[in-house]
Amino acid sequence: MARIHRVESERAGTLEQLLAAKEIVITCGSGGVGKTTTAAAAAAMAAASIGGKVLVLTVDPAKRLANALGLEQFGNVETRVPTALFEAAGVEPRGELWAAMLDTKESWDALVRTHAPDPSTRDAILGNPLYQNITGKFVQSHDYIAMERLFEIHASGRYDLIIVDTPPTRNAIDFLEAPERMADFFSSRLLRWLITPYRSRLVNAASRPFYSVADRILGSQFLEDIAEFFILFQTMYDGFVERARAVTRTLSDRRTTFVVVSTLEEAPVREAEFFIRALDDRGFHLGALVLNKVLPSYFLDSAAAESATVMGRDADRLATELGAVDVELGPPDVLARVLREVGESFLNYRVVATREAEQQKELAIVPEIVCSAPFFETDIYDLAGLLRLGERIWR
Amino acid sequence: MTAGPADLLDRRLLFVTGKGGVGKTSIAAALGLLAANRGLRTLVCEVDAKGNLADFFEASPNRFSPQELSPGLFAMAMNTEESLKEYLRLQLRVPLLGRIGPFARSLDFVANAAPGVKEILTVGKLCYEVRERTYDLVVVDASATGHIVGQLAAPQAINELVKVGRVQDQTRWMVELLEDPAVTGTLIVATPEEMPVTETLELASRIRAETPVDLAGVIVNKVLPELFGRGEEEIFDRLRAPDRVAELATAVTGPAGVVLDAAELAVTLRRTRAGHITRLRTELPGDVPLLYVPFLFTRTHGVRATRNVADALGAELGY
Repeated sequence: MARIHRVESERAGTLEQLLAAKEIVITCGSGGVGKTTTAAAAAAMAAASIGGKVLVLTVDPAKRLANALGLEQFGNVETRVPTALFEAAGVEPRGELWAAMLDTKESWDALVRTHAPDPSTRDAILGNPLYQNITGKFVQSHDYIAMERLFEIHASGRYDLIIVDTPPTRNAIDFLEAPERMADFFSSRLLRWLITPYRSRLVNAASRPFYSVADRILGSQFLEDIAEFFILFQTMYDGFVERARAVTRTLSDRRTTFVVVSTLEEAPVREAEFFIRALDDRGFHLGALVLNKVLPSYFLDSAAAESATVMGRDADRLATELGAVDVELGPPDVLARVLREVGESFLNYRVVATREAEQQKELAIVPEIVCSAPFFETDIYDLAGLLRLGERIWR
Repeated sequence: MTAGPADLLDRRLLFVTGKGGVGKTSIAAALGLLAANRGLRTLVCEVDAKGNLADFFEASPNRFSPQELSPGLFAMAMNTEESLKEYLRLQLRVPLLGRIGPFARSLDFVANAAPGVKEILTVGKLCYEVRERTYDLVVVDASATGHIVGQLAAPQAINELVKVGRVQDQTRWMVELLEDPAVTGTLIVATPEEMPVTETLELASRIRAETPVDLAGVIVNKVLPELFGRGEEEIFDRLRAPDRVAELATAVTGPAGVVLDAAELAVTLRRTRAGHITRLRTELPGDVPLLYVPFLFTRTHGVRATRNVADALGAELGY
């Protein structure tokens, strides 16, 4: 499929154009804003109308969403979303939609297999208790491995477009810096210092205090495990550092763009703003802002608010008036309660909608493309639902 | 062994967790306020580096050293480097902080890539406050769903990993505090939406399977109000017929259709969410108490909102 590479001055105006111009799209935003769903919806739309091979790489989708994409097995396997699912949604896709989930442990193992110099080192690393803990139990390694997987898939040339749903991170920009941090760590003097005595069996004067304190805290077995782990890992040093640098380059490549996803609630907006600034600082391309769960604009209509106020205030009078001509509306006291409730509810939601409209205005730096999707009445659990959401943000 | 909701504030250490965006911090702040109002000397600790706990009390940003927000209510922010320094000073009586400065920095650096260290420094500090009985209750605005299991399991994991030495002893008493349901409990905050409910159910079983900590309850936040009672919805439906909408518009001398649409939206949102609450109730183990906090239309942040949430929680706990 032919690709159009736009120059900076002709920035895309819709999500469709943006996705047609880019090869890697990274969605980011705080938790609970529909990031995964947005990534999947955008990928479904791209496969349906742009064409080519589109992959959505998600970290931890809800089961129903996973089912919507036809993903039954959790793991690193890239699975094609059956065309039949598109057809069931009344769409004939121009391209192919693929989906994969990120399995951190499996990805780390694959990475070790690629970079280990020989089978015995490989097995020693895979069997090291510290390695197993880092990859299995603790989560910070998520950030790095997500970027690493993205790089590997992109470099394989198997897809025209890859949309990545970023892992929920403690600090939203953690994953942006993860490759660099990893490279720093492996090239650090500290690491060499840490493992030297175990290699030479000679503790020099400078590092002796360090070891005596470390020994007292950690116990020597643990220190030896650490040292063994790092000595083994150092054999993969060159491959690793080079790889981490390449991953960083991919993030700032012009074929890569970031899409910030948010709702208009206070905390996510603040996070989105922070994110937009962080991307800008690092020179990454901010493609679009997608706002989810936006309340209908009629809540901002002052004439409607006036009607709602009247319904709440004059419910009894209105109920008598309406009930007198229409017996089907039931006893006036019940009707009055209904009207009061309807009026109240409108005004309640109006408070939220007004606050959110204000939040939207306050998003200080906004990208050129801003798309918003309404509150959907039900959760999205099939491809048709994803495409419905996709349609709203697409053009 | 699980304590009922009324015993919640009798515990000494409460971890409040949940998926991002569900209002974890607001609940932690409100629990702290509620406890302090009931005469407990309470510490609220935020673990997230970028947390906004202070906003919920209209206070200046929290530091490692606690600030007293109101009588009996203290707040601090976790900082693993400070925690390590404090540990070294108190436990190992390492003199001359200056000399271990570079060491502490190095360790912090290692902790970034060799995880487990950060977790233990976080949980260790919290357990320490409980053991020293400086406070009646420590409420933790804990890490989000993705991190909390690793954090709560860290002392146990390290205890198993490090067979001898100081760390072994240090992690043992932590595990003892964490596994006592009379002392420690976890609260999961969820909103009645699909993903948060799914994550809550998964987290509930992981906490039970992989950590020594008791699941003290699930707090369902942002519960939308019921609009109509028995028989009222029928009347509302009839009201939506086009000619009646027109009549209503005349009666209120303004647009009526959108106001009714809005009510319909509110009913749908409430109904969808009620479904998720039902799912939560049926799929959680029966002995896990559920507490409900209503959606706040007016304020979502600030001390006023914290008061409202604290009142709602207090009512749920029967105070």
